[in-house]
Amino acid sequence: MKIVIGEGSCGLAAGAGKVHDKISEVLSANSLKADVEITGCCGMCYLEPIVDIYDDLGEKTTYVKVTPEMVDDLILKKIRDNQEVNTCEITQNDLNILGNQKRIVLRNCGIINPEKIDDYLEAGGYEAIKKCISQLSPEEVIEIIKKSGLRGRGGAGFPTWFKWNAARASKSEPKYIVCNADEGDPGAFMDRSVLEGDPHNLIEGMMIGAYAMGAEEGIVYVRAEYPLAIVRLEKAIEQAREKGFLGKRVFGMDFNFDMRIKAGAGAFVCGEETALIASLEGERGMPRLKPPFPAQKGYWQQPTNINNVETFSNVPWIINNGAKAFSSMGTEDSKGTKVFALTGKIKNGGLVEVPMGMTLREIIFDIGGGIRDNKKFKAVQLGGPSGGCLPESLLDTPMEYASINKTGAIVGSGGMVVLDETTCMVDVTRFFLDFTKKESCGKCIHCRIGTTRMLELLTRITKGEGKEGDIDLLEDLAKKVKDGSLCGLGQTAPNPVLTTIRYFRDEYEAHIRDKKCPAKQCTALITYRIDPDKCIGCTACARNCPVSCIRGEVKKPHEIDPAVCIKCGKCAEVCPVDAVEIL
Amino acid sequence: MKKSEFDFSRIDPVLEKYAHVKGSLITILQKAQEIYGYLSEEVIVYIAEKTKVKPAKIYGVVTFYTQFRLEPVGKYLIMLCQGTACHVNGSERIESAICQKLGINDGETTEDNLFTLNNVACLGCCSLSPVMMINGETYAKLTPKKAENILDKLKKEALLEGEVQ
Repeated sequence: MKIVIGEGSCGLAAGAGKVHDKISEVLSANSLKADVEITGCCGMCYLEPIVDIYDDLGEKTTYVKVTPEMVDDLILKKIRDNQEVNTCEITQNDLNILGNQKRIVLRNCGIINPEKIDDYLEAGGYEAIKKCISQLSPEEVIEIIKKSGLRGRGGAGFPTWFKWNAARASKSEPKYIVCNADEGDPGAFMDRSVLEGDPHNLIEGMMIGAYAMGAEEGIVYVRAEYPLAIVRLEKAIEQAREKGFLGKRVFGMDFNFDMRIKAGAGAFVCGEETALIASLEGERGMPRLKPPFPAQKGYWQQPTNINNVETFSNVPWIINNGAKAFSSMGTEDSKGTKVFALTGKIKNGGLVEVPMGMTLREIIFDIGGGIRDNKKFKAVQLGGPSGGCLPESLLDTPMEYASINKTGAIVGSGGMVVLDETTCMVDVTRFFLDFTKKESCGKCIHCRIGTTRMLELLTRITKGEGKEGDIDLLEDLAKKVKDGSLCGLGQTAPNPVLTTIRYFRDEYEAHIRDKKCPAKQCTALITYRIDPDKCIGCTACARNCPVSCIRGEVKKPHEIDPAVCIKCGKCAEVCPVDAVEIL
Repeated sequence: MKKSEFDFSRIDPVLEKYAHVKGSLITILQKAQEIYGYLSEEVIVYIAEKTKVKPAKIYGVVTFYTQFRLEPVGKYLIMLCQGTACHVNGSERIESAICQKLGINDGETTEDNLFTLNNVACLGCCSLSPVMMINGETYAKLTPKKAENILDKLKKEALLEGEVQ
């Protein structure tokens, strides 16, 4: 018997640690024997904490939303008495969600123990790098990646082989290979899951890249907000070193490579290559003009290749299975699979990996289960602060670089935030501009001041102080910020503004002309009211109101004083009969 | 802040290891913050002396990155997630509830030094949104009321421990 607990950040946040402790406690209290292992995130965040129990034949049963209170029953019935436990067993429906996916990057996530190199080796790990060093020349490796059609998964979608080749062609030594794990898009956690769930896959991918371009030193630039990812990757690097996979003469052959982690200090702009390099050198992370490209002059002015976590994590699979196996998935324009983080108002939130070219509708409704609480779909936000919001009419767009670019959004790193009818599109745009304004490094005037002015305009509109002409002004500013910015942050910062104006212009107009927020989210444009027919006079609202603006006698309808009300929504939250309405 | 509160010997091993390795400034600052909880003027000046990097430049780096703090934090550091998923699920209402309850704004510390509120970029627990993390513990699926109850509970715990009068 083996018990495996999903302990990625999301599982732990949902209480997996307490479940783990309880399982160990119940096992020892009942003198039961079973191996207890941990694993990373399997992607089904909405079902966490997840516990897999393997019987002696290796047959797996998955239990979901496990709480410490359920553990007694689960362990005693399943482990001691070998009986079925129906209370928390995964449903067929949820199992199908996994079945609809194609997992390359996430193939080991949620299965192996990320803290044990032997688990990765058993799953065929480090075979690809062995094959590269012993059978393939660096040029042949680059050729395989070229034929596979792999494009950078960090957002821009630049062909991976091209960057490797450019770094290989640079004559200067030493060369560096860098992994960008500074996953900054709010609402995206693909890379974190790989780092936490299968760190050796990343190490192997970087080793192959290093072999191809001729680098002997690798650096992983990880976000400081990902402490668990850093711990697991550190452990993995240490184990790989102990096995002789990192260091001098790897596998006893003529290949030297070692790597280290550099913890980022929190700056979104460091996702940009030249800013990331500045940060690695201990400076303020500000981008510089290209060329020279990092492949010629990067870290300490030496040839440097930067790819993101997901890109590297595809590489071992491609080497093991061949370029054709990879390029046969996806579309003409975009090969292979892509990992997406499905969040927002979606039923089955979590990580999914699907072949490129699947339509947005299939991803959101067939895999994601659609909108929760029976609400209506309004938009999907792709690519984080650099991306855009797409409406229902574009749901049949295939998820591939060219098609998504045409809509004004970008595939981006894989964040997919689903919005329903209760989301105000102007407010969401304001949220993104608030983000980019704060994260703008300040080097380019258009980005620094332009994002500030756009944010001011959007704030004004959401406050009901919008004026005629504000939409035109926003569009004008957006174009100028795009043209006048040096790096990707500024060039893409206007995307949320432009796409929401393009697809949800009526919402902007409702705010500006009618002083109404159709989604009833912008507090300046809404009023709280108690429906006297529904109110039972329980006084819960009056007792919880922080500004004491609700009057009424016990068992009689209550009333809100709109002049004092701060629209915090607490009355609606505590009302047992849903009598508080928003006008 | 009395100078004696900074025991510089605690940062010396870090400086010995990194002061002369080029490109290590951020690492040194991260370790210093780990040791002292924040980066005081004295600590910055001390690091400047040892690394021969000008204090103004260090200040530039410190203020560029969100991780670094120039002020001490309270016993409980509330990291309130402001990622997209949390935003659309109501994190702003959680923020105003916390601010109102504690009488502080983002980045500030309560007078009793118990709570510091920090809005942070995505914590990556999007399917449990809205989320906040307090001293490493994650609190998921928050409502304004739930957030207030959590703060009440922590304050009570601190009172029992005699942290505040």
